[in-house]
Order: sequence, then C-alpha cells, then structure tokens
Amino acid sequence: MENILEVKDLHISFDTYAGQVRAIRGVNFDLKPGETLAIVGESGSGKSVTSRSIMRLLASNANVDNGEILFKGEDLVKKSEKEMQKIRGSEIAMIFQDPMTSLNPTQKIGKQIAEPIIKHQAVSKEEAYKKAEELLRLVGIPNPEKRMKQYPHQFSGGQRQRIVIAIALGCNPDILIADEPTTALDVTIQAQILELMKELQHKIKTSIIFITHDLGVVANVADRVAVMYAGKFVEVGTVDEIFYNPQHPYTWGLLSSMPTLETSGYLYAIPGTPPDLLNPPKGDAFAPRSEYALKVDTMYEPPLFKVSDTHFAATWLLHPDAPKVTPPAEIVARQSGFRTKQLQIQPSDDLSQMSGQDLEGPQDKNNLSVDELTTDRDGKGEANEPRY
Amino acid sequence: MSQDTKRKKILEVKNLKQYFNVGTKNEVKAIDDISFDIYEGETLGLVGESGCGKTTTGRAIIRLYDPTDGEIYFDGTEVHSLNGRKEQLDFRKDMQMIFQDPYASLNPRMKVRDIIAEGIKIHKLANSEEEIDARVEELLELVGLNKDHSSRYPHEFSGGQRQRIGIARALAVDPKMIVADEPISALDVSIQAQVVNLLMELQEKQNLTFLFIAHDLSMVKYISNRIGVMYFGKLVELAPADDVYNKPLHPYTESLLSAIPLPDPDYERSRTRFAYTPRPSNSEEEKLREIAPEHFVYCRESDVPKLQEKLAKY
Repeated sequence: MENILEVKDLHISFDTYAGQVRAIRGVNFDLKPGETLAIVGESGSGKSVTSRSIMRLLASNANVDNGEILFKGEDLVKKSEKEMQKIRGSEIAMIFQDPMTSLNPTQKIGKQIAEPIIKHQAVSKEEAYKKAEELLRLVGIPNPEKRMKQYPHQFSGGQRQRIVIAIALGCNPDILIADEPTTALDVTIQAQILELMKELQHKIKTSIIFITHDLGVVANVADRVAVMYAGKFVEVGTVDEIFYNPQHPYTWGLLSSMPTLETSGYLYAIPGTPPDLLNPPKGDAFAPRSEYALKVDTMYEPPLFKVSDTHFAATWLLHPDAPKVTPPAEIVARQSGFRTKQLQIQPSDDLSQMSGQDLEGPQDKNNLSVDELTTDRDGKGEANEPRY
Repeated sequence: MSQDTKRKKILEVKNLKQYFNVGTKNEVKAIDDISFDIYEGETLGLVGESGCGKTTTGRAIIRLYDPTDGEIYFDGTEVHSLNGRKEQLDFRKDMQMIFQDPYASLNPRMKVRDIIAEGIKIHKLANSEEEIDARVEELLELVGLNKDHSSRYPHEFSGGQRQRIGIARALAVDPKMIVADEPISALDVSIQAQVVNLLMELQEKQNLTFLFIAHDLSMVKYISNRIGVMYFGKLVELAPADDVYNKPLHPYTESLLSAIPLPDPDYERSRTRFAYTPRPSNSEEEKLREIAPEHFVYCRESDVPKLQEKLAKY
C-alpha cells in the first residue's frame, strides 16, 4: 500500500530567551491509508509538536531545521501559507484536546460545522448546512435540525467533542490528527467517543494519528504505536508488538508504571524526570533514568534496531554484543504470552532511512568493544537517585 | 463484621446532603443522602464521573461547604458543630487536603519554605525559626525533594515536584487524615506512579488515613482498601477494592468498569461496554443495603436476594 504520509528526519527547534529548545530531534514515520498510528509519550516529549508540524500550526518561534513531511508525495514543509489553507480542514483535519475551547462560543454550531464545507467544497450554503445536519446525526447528536441552531455552551463536554469530530470529518479528510481527544472526558464518555471514531474511520476510510499518554486508549484504538521520548521515536511497532514484546527500557517503564487490575505491592515508577531539551543529553536521552543503561548509552545515540519487519527500537540492548538483561517481571509476563517466531535482532538494513538521528555516532556500530557495552554501574547508581 | 470491633472509625458520614441553589428553579442535589465510614489507617477511594459529587463530598468533609443536612463525625466530634477558633484550628490540623491542580494550589509569591512552614506557624508546632527550618528540611526530604529547594518559588518546579510540595504542606501539621482530591490526574503517567508510591509509603510510616478521590479507576483500585462508587449524588456501591472490581453488583459499577480501557490489546479487542440506564423509581425505598459483609449496594429491599445470588455466581 502506498503511504499517505511520510515524515523523514524531522528536526524542529524553538527559539526561546533561554536558548534553542530542540523539541523534535529526528523523527521518521509513515502512515498508510486507513490505519491508526498512536503516538505515546510524556508531556514535553514532542508528540503534539510532531502533529502540529504536519498541520503547519507551529508557533512563530518554531523552526523546521531539517526534514520533509511528504503528504501524497508533496512536501508540506515547503508549502506556502495559502496552499496550506487549502489542505487544512479538507485533506488533513485535526481534533484538539479540549472541546471546551476549540469551538467558537459566539457562533451557532451549525455554522461552525458548515464553514469548512463551504470553504473547501463547491457547494451552496443550503447544501453545506444540509451536510452539516447529516454530520451531526452521524456523530450521534439527537435532534440535529434543532441543535444546529444552538451554541456550544448548550452542549455537554462529550457532545462538544462529537461536534468537533463532525467539523473535522466535514470534508472527508485523508488524515485525521487527534491530539488527546478524550483526555478531558470521563471514562464512559471517552469510550463512546473512541467507538464513534473507530466506526467513522471504518465508514470513510481515513487514516488517524492518535496522540495520547493513556496506554489503555492506545491498546483500544491503535494499529501501530510509536513511543516518543525527548523528541525522538524510541520504539515503533504494531500494537501487539509494543504491548506484548516491548524492547525499549522506556516502554518497559511506561507499561510497568500503569497498574493493571491485578497489580499489588510496590508500583514501578520511572525515576527522575524527562531531560531538558535546551541541552539534550549526549547519547541515549533515557539513559540517566534507566537502570538498564549501558556505558555506550552515555556516549552514542542508539540507532533503531530492527526486531521484526514492523518493529524497531532504539536501544543498545538490542545490539548483538549487548549483555542479556531481564526486563521487569511485569514485562516478562507480557512477553511470555507473545507468540513470537525466533526473534531475529539485527540492526536495520536501512539505517539512514529509519533513523536519521545517529549521524554523529560511530561509523562501524557493529564493532563496538564489549567494554562499551557493559552495564554502566555508576550510571545506574545515578539513575536511582531522582534528578532535579 | 468481627473486624469492626478492632478497627477504629476515624470518620463517619451520616445521611450527608449538599444542595446548591436551594429553593430556586435550578436546585442541584450535588450529594443526596450518602453515608459511609472511614477506618483509621485505611484508604477509601471515591470514584465516579464528573458531576457525580465526589469532590463535593471531599470538600464537605473538610468543611469547605456547609452541608444542607446530615452529620460528619471526625474522631467522634461533629465537624460542622465546631464553633470556637480553637476547635476549628484543631480540626484543620488533624485533617488536611491535597488538591488536584499542583499549579493552582501553591501561592506563586511564596517560597517553598514559607508554603510548608505556614501551617507549622499557625499551629505553633515549632518554637523557633531554626526548628521550623529543620522541620521543613525533614519534610522536603520525606517527599523526595532536597533542602536546597526550600528557597525556591513554585514556578521553578515541574508538576510532579509541585505535587510533592503540596503533599509536604499537608504533612507539615502531622494530620491524621488527608483528603486527596484527584492528586495525580494532572500528572504524567511516569510521575503518577512516583506520587502514588510516595503516598502509600507515607501512609505506612505515619499511619495516615486517606480519602482518595479520582476518576482513574485502575489507580484507585491499586491504592485503596475500599472503594465507593458515586452516581448523581448517591453512593451506589461500597465494598473492598477487590470486590468492586471482581464482583461488581450495581449495574452502574459494571458499566463504569466496562468502559475502562486497559493496556492490553487482546483484552481491548474483546471488551464490550454496557451502558447504564437508571430504572424508573417505584414506591419501594432505595437505600444502601449490605448484600454481603462489607459489600453495600444501593438498591430496593426486593433486590437483595437477586444481588446475593449474583454475588454467589462470581
């Protein structure tokens, strides 16, 4: 299948008074038609910046330092603002986190839903309003003809998010970017919205980039998952690969720090806090918080190692010469259920394409000395100490 | 109920009602006749959707609201009958609150040291400035910060660290009980686990009692001994944490549990969600009834045998 979106070696930085914040440090991914890619990570890991860069909605102090965003083969980075306006809302649409603030409080919702249809499609006002009414019915709002004439404050939070979805779907977008669309909602409402999104995706065959920090939601909606840390994708794979055969220590940490209904005893917590991207750390950005950090992690950034055709992880632990480590018990339990064919771990053949970030690394990564790959005891001691 | 004789009730809530806009058209019954007890040293989790009254319950208990009706006994005294300044002070010393938003709940113009020391000064728990400093240092260490942080302002900290400052402030006056209103909702997943572990560790060390209000059900299950489920101002089910999850009896609890997504794709593919529609009321009185020891469900007298049967099937 042809990819609808290809992001290649994207680097984005923000100019601030304190200096340059390197928010995105080499992101590569592609999106196939009709699939849902979930991007997970902590706040500040760059997931929202990644999605906003696709929509070209970044703040004025943001610079795209490097990279391409190919949408249907055309580079969005090079498009003019006018060209982007044609794409935004029609071919790529976005759902924002907060349904309370993403609607205009002074406009009737009928007008707000019809607006992009009138703008992007050659239809009359009447037709656009008719389409808007259909959309409202589609997203499950009762009495659409009456509710078209109401204002946002007359709807509940869940209904408002349905309206935002209706607006986003108005022009049958090829890509729908959902930035934490259910974080502000209750679990029961969240479940309804997720069901609605999946149902609509099935109907209109749109691709979805789903940004969230809730791993439960990811397991529910995603076909593929990308785990983001400090401006990079540290692990990418199908939803089963990420949840049942995770390879990166950060993914291990994330999965173990969420209690399941069986968890008892001490809950695993990732020590410390994410790094400051004003001065991104040398080597593996997660190493200072990882008890699995190797000496090499403090020197060189790990490339994305290939675990399977669809599964890649950026950790030196996957290097053939790396010491064997035992993941946390919680992860071992997850992996045991994963029906895995003989795991073949080898560095990705196509490193330049999959991981543009390791340009400063040594050329012959496969010949690292065993010494460099031993566990860094000092680093470990530091990792257990919370850093402030 | 043999355990009850051993366990001491630290808080008793009896027929609590909290209405807003009383007498007007838009009267809101935020809490509509709820009763429960909290035992010393335990964590009671309170869950429900937004607007169900869980935060209002917490705030009524700590006396931020004057309830419309009902009584709240803390350590044997009725909280809302405390009149004198002395009694109120004592009550505030014994019960503290941790707030949801670590950004809004710390005064941005006060240094961390003064934020934490405020309660110590008000309650005259230290005799000299040096003693206060020593106590603040000790508290900062207890919550995993270090003493250099005491001269900084709240904006210099991350969300997780601010929540730790809020916890240190609550602990400064040696409370017996803490009402924690969504203390981890505003934090990142990896930081949530840190704060939850801290709370549980402190509970063990200082024999604290927690009322833990949250909407994240898996975290509530993990931290609580017992859980109360609220729906539209009513407590619909109250039981030990494991029972609420494994043997839910009220249809609303089942509906709520069926809506939680878990980090397990296989489970997610097979999960079916049930919607909850309240049944029409009839002449039979509905109230919280004990179906099995410690397991309470809001139901009618005629439901009891059915529910007992359901419980036996689990």
